Amino acid sequence: MTDEPATAEPRKENGAPGAADRTPAHFRRLHPLTPLLRGWAWLAAAVAFGSQDVLLSGASPRILVLVPLIAVAGLAVGLASWWFTRYGIDGDALRIDSGIFERRSRRVRLDRLQAVDVVRPLSGRLLGVSELRLEVAGGSDTEAPLAYLAADEAVRLRAELLARAAGIDAATPEAPEQVVHEVPPGRLLGSTVLSGTFLIGVVFLLLNGAAFVLTGGDVAMGVLTASLPGVLAIGAALWNQFVRNFGFVLAESPDGFRIRKGLLDIKAQTVPPGRVQGVALRQPLFWRLTDWVRLDVDVAGYGKTSDTDASKSSVLLPVASRRDAFDVMRHALSGAAPEAVLVEPAPRRAAWLRPIGWRRLAYGADDRLVVVREGVLYRTLTAVPHAKTQSIRLTQGPIQRRLALATVHVDTTPGPVDAIIRHRDQLEARRILEEQTVRARLARKADVPEQWMSVPGARRRAEEAPAQPNPAALPFH
Amino acid sequence: MDQVFAPPGETWQQVSHRLAELRRLLLGICIVVGTAAAAVLGSWFAGWWLAVVTVVAGVVAAIWGLWLIDRNWRAWGYAERADDLLVTCGVLFKQLTVVPYGRMQFVDVKSGPLERRFGLATVQLHTASPATDARIPGLPPDEAARLRDRLAALGEARAAGL
Repeated sequence: MTDEPATAEPRKENGAPGAADRTPAHFRRLHPLTPLLRGWAWLAAAVAFGSQDVLLSGASPRILVLVPLIAVAGLAVGLASWWFTRYGIDGDALRIDSGIFERRSRRVRLDRLQAVDVVRPLSGRLLGVSELRLEVAGGSDTEAPLAYLAADEAVRLRAELLARAAGIDAATPEAPEQVVHEVPPGRLLGSTVLSGTFLIGVVFLLLNGAAFVLTGGDVAMGVLTASLPGVLAIGAALWNQFVRNFGFVLAESPDGFRIRKGLLDIKAQTVPPGRVQGVALRQPLFWRLTDWVRLDVDVAGYGKTSDTDASKSSVLLPVASRRDAFDVMRHALSGAAPEAVLVEPAPRRAAWLRPIGWRRLAYGADDRLVVVREGVLYRTLTAVPHAKTQSIRLTQGPIQRRLALATVHVDTTPGPVDAIIRHRDQLEARRILEEQTVRARLARKADVPEQWMSVPGARRRAEEAPAQPNPAALPFH
Repeated sequence: MDQVFAPPGETWQQVSHRLAELRRLLLGICIVVGTAAAAVLGSWFAGWWLAVVTVVAGVVAAIWGLWLIDRNWRAWGYAERADDLLVTCGVLFKQLTVVPYGRMQFVDVKSGPLERRFGLATVQLHTASPATDARIPGLPPDEAARLRDRLAALGEARAAGL
């Protein structure tokens, strides 16, 4: 469908730009407060270094000289780095020139853009600056973090980048959005209380209390102090989860999904249409009481960052009712309805390999999606569009061979969503492999183009209203 | 040949038999060095009988290893279809990977010093998914180069966005 080369790598040209490739005059600098904001790290390092020095030698005068010295040096380096860093649009790419001694010019092709995030850390919010992150597939980290930009400049640049990536006029103002879902603080709090982490923490504390009452002595006190770090870690994890997803808003616009969240640090993500590689609906054990679920997505740019960061970015809905989640899931999969796909359970003999939960192993496919269901305590429903299949694998271990079972993996880009069709009859598994290959090939030809606005028919298809499914038939019971 | 991992056409294209030879050489070196060291240490601490036991164990391991190498070599196979490449491998844990040419991000051809001496190269396909496991070891350099060029050309012709 496109005559692009096979690489989805960003076209990066690292190296010194020659005289012919000077930074164009209209390129801009980052926000002037950048060196100061980045300088915090230097100052913290200096203080740590200095205080260690004091502790070791016992003499304090050196710290009074050293810390300001390092801080000034850091500020000077930061200032120089700020002066030499400039960014701007160059053809069909965003170009960032940086480096004091070794000049570096980086181009990020906009038609390969997978997601744009605007992050406003607490300090940035106080000073009115934001960080803009571009995610492209490939590479090992966020490709082009622009830190820091003035808050309104970040928003303007995001709109321009998305317009260019969509293949329309760059001066197009930011597209209007429609709020799809909001997570009220009460529900977020409730979901945190019902999460496994919280309950483990409570049980932990209760056991400690019981030990204290029963033995009443120094032993319990010892246990309590020893378990303090664990309790603190659990508390911190819960607090982070709550703060990160506070005020979660999911909105839809012609630019794709927009997600805003955060209490202290605010993060605004934009995932253009057709960039969702797979969606997983998950339900921890105690969320069944309230019928809440969470939605995770695979987006090509997000998976490669460090694990914790990826799990932060890949949340499409932190907690929502099952019905709302299915609605959002349909939007994310550009109209394909995962609950309309009939799933077929794995054969009974899968119980030998999965004594608990073999009944819930199920797989189904229609012409657009492959759907995998599994998990008893932690229920999961995974949907991957055929068009996003990277490769397909059939595997069989020794015990599976004895039972005439095999597993089919539908590989997607790295991230929390993995479609693994476990323990099917081996001949059926081979048939799934062949069918999936054909379905993926056909779907690839009909997929949304990378410049999603450039072909008029593409959007219409994506916005097709899906058939309303019968709620009683939702497969997640 | 079982039906589940059956080739798409008549037969799998097999990898060079020199791959088995290379592995036998490596196995031989490991077993001789390992057995000798264990035998010397054993006779030093426990007496000559432990050395005999070690040597016997080494011989058994060698025979078993030779058998495993042969089976493993037989299990490798690949097939080029119109739209995708199929790679199969493994005896105990079998695997069959289908990689559509349009999903290919890049192709690697690697050849270590020992592999070069045996006239072998490894071709590996990469997609945007790290789970894709499409590695074909033990190809003669000409075949590796041919495969690389063909895959690159087909990848370009059938490329799809992510």
